[in-house]
Amino acid sequence: MHEWALAEAVVSTASKIAGERGLGKITLVKIRVGELQQIDLEVFKFALSQIAERILPEASFEISVEKAEFRCRVCGRTWRFRGEELDPEVREAIHVIPEVAHAFLRCPRCGSPDFEVVRGRGVWIESIAGERLG
Amino acid sequence: MIDPRLSVIDERLGRVKKIIAVASGKGGVGKSLIASTLALILSERGFRTGLMDLDFTNPSTHLILGAESAYPLEDKGVVPPKIRGISYTSISFFTGGKPSPLRGEDVTNAFIEILALTRWGDLDYLVIDTPPGMGDALLDLLRLIRRVGFLVVSTPSRLSLETIRKLIEILRGVQAKVVGVVENMASGEMKSIKREVEELGETYLGSISFDPEVEEAIGSPDKLLKTRFAEDLRKVADKLV
Repeated sequence: MHEWALAEAVVSTASKIAGERGLGKITLVKIRVGELQQIDLEVFKFALSQIAERILPEASFEISVEKAEFRCRVCGRTWRFRGEELDPEVREAIHVIPEVAHAFLRCPRCGSPDFEVVRGRGVWIESIAGERLG
Repeated sequence: MIDPRLSVIDERLGRVKKIIAVASGKGGVGKSLIASTLALILSERGFRTGLMDLDFTNPSTHLILGAESAYPLEDKGVVPPKIRGISYTSISFFTGGKPSPLRGEDVTNAFIEILALTRWGDLDYLVIDTPPGMGDALLDLLRLIRRVGFLVVSTPSRLSLETIRKLIEILRGVQAKVVGVVENMASGEMKSIKREVEELGETYLGSISFDPEVEEAIGSPDKLLKTRFAEDLRKVADKLV
């Protein structure tokens, strides 16, 4: 599970932004998680709460999951990620490094490995809300 | 939207004292063999050493080290497995030997993911094997790990020399550190590369003779360390540490 590492990155980034923007405290962090990352949301939420307890004690975290979609650069076909149809080892590999999807997935129409992840990749901070100092 | 991974990269590498990228611009000059064997030599000397394979589309250090079945431990991130004392990471852990054709954006994302997740811990040296060319991997390396030093590899060919001249120009242009130039696959007494490197104002770290026995040693770190290739590289390592 590397949800902890990603949670650390979110809290660390939110904390840095708070410092840069003069926010005395952060109250809400909105996070978007790509489906391709196959994050265990319960573990991720727990990790966020544990890590933030020391650094951003008043922050709450709102997480949304974005469905993953691919588009073939050769024939233009778009399709959805179906993790449940993959071997557990492949799912695990894509979970750690989503780009290895290019080693295992192919365009369902033309078989090309040259596709883009249109949406649903990565972990993103969408917005941060807080209160200014003074 | 903000990518939170970027903020933890420095922290993940925070307990790594020195980072050396083995680069050349040209393919087929022996970067992966030099990076792998250099890591083995540094480890042999008692330094805590890591090796990262940054060649995502054609990784080969796992074959050189005989680490095809290695897999990292996931523990609040990714903990590299130890291969003959070296903390080692490669995309080959996750691709299972399948081809992984990646465009630039994917290379960047995979690199950031590995940097953000890998828990190297305390290291004296982290050696990075870079892919050929002066594209995304090199530019990302310069952007994401500002303190990396470059060990530049050339063969005696003038074609290789021309490429490293360009590479050095790029590195100097962004104030990156060049730790020196190694001449690989040398045969006989050729002084031209040494002279050219010195004229460029860089350190010529030595030459490694062409050693046909290296091929037999691929997959076995013990055998590799007994080759003439490793013997020559030890002299280069003497100048690095």
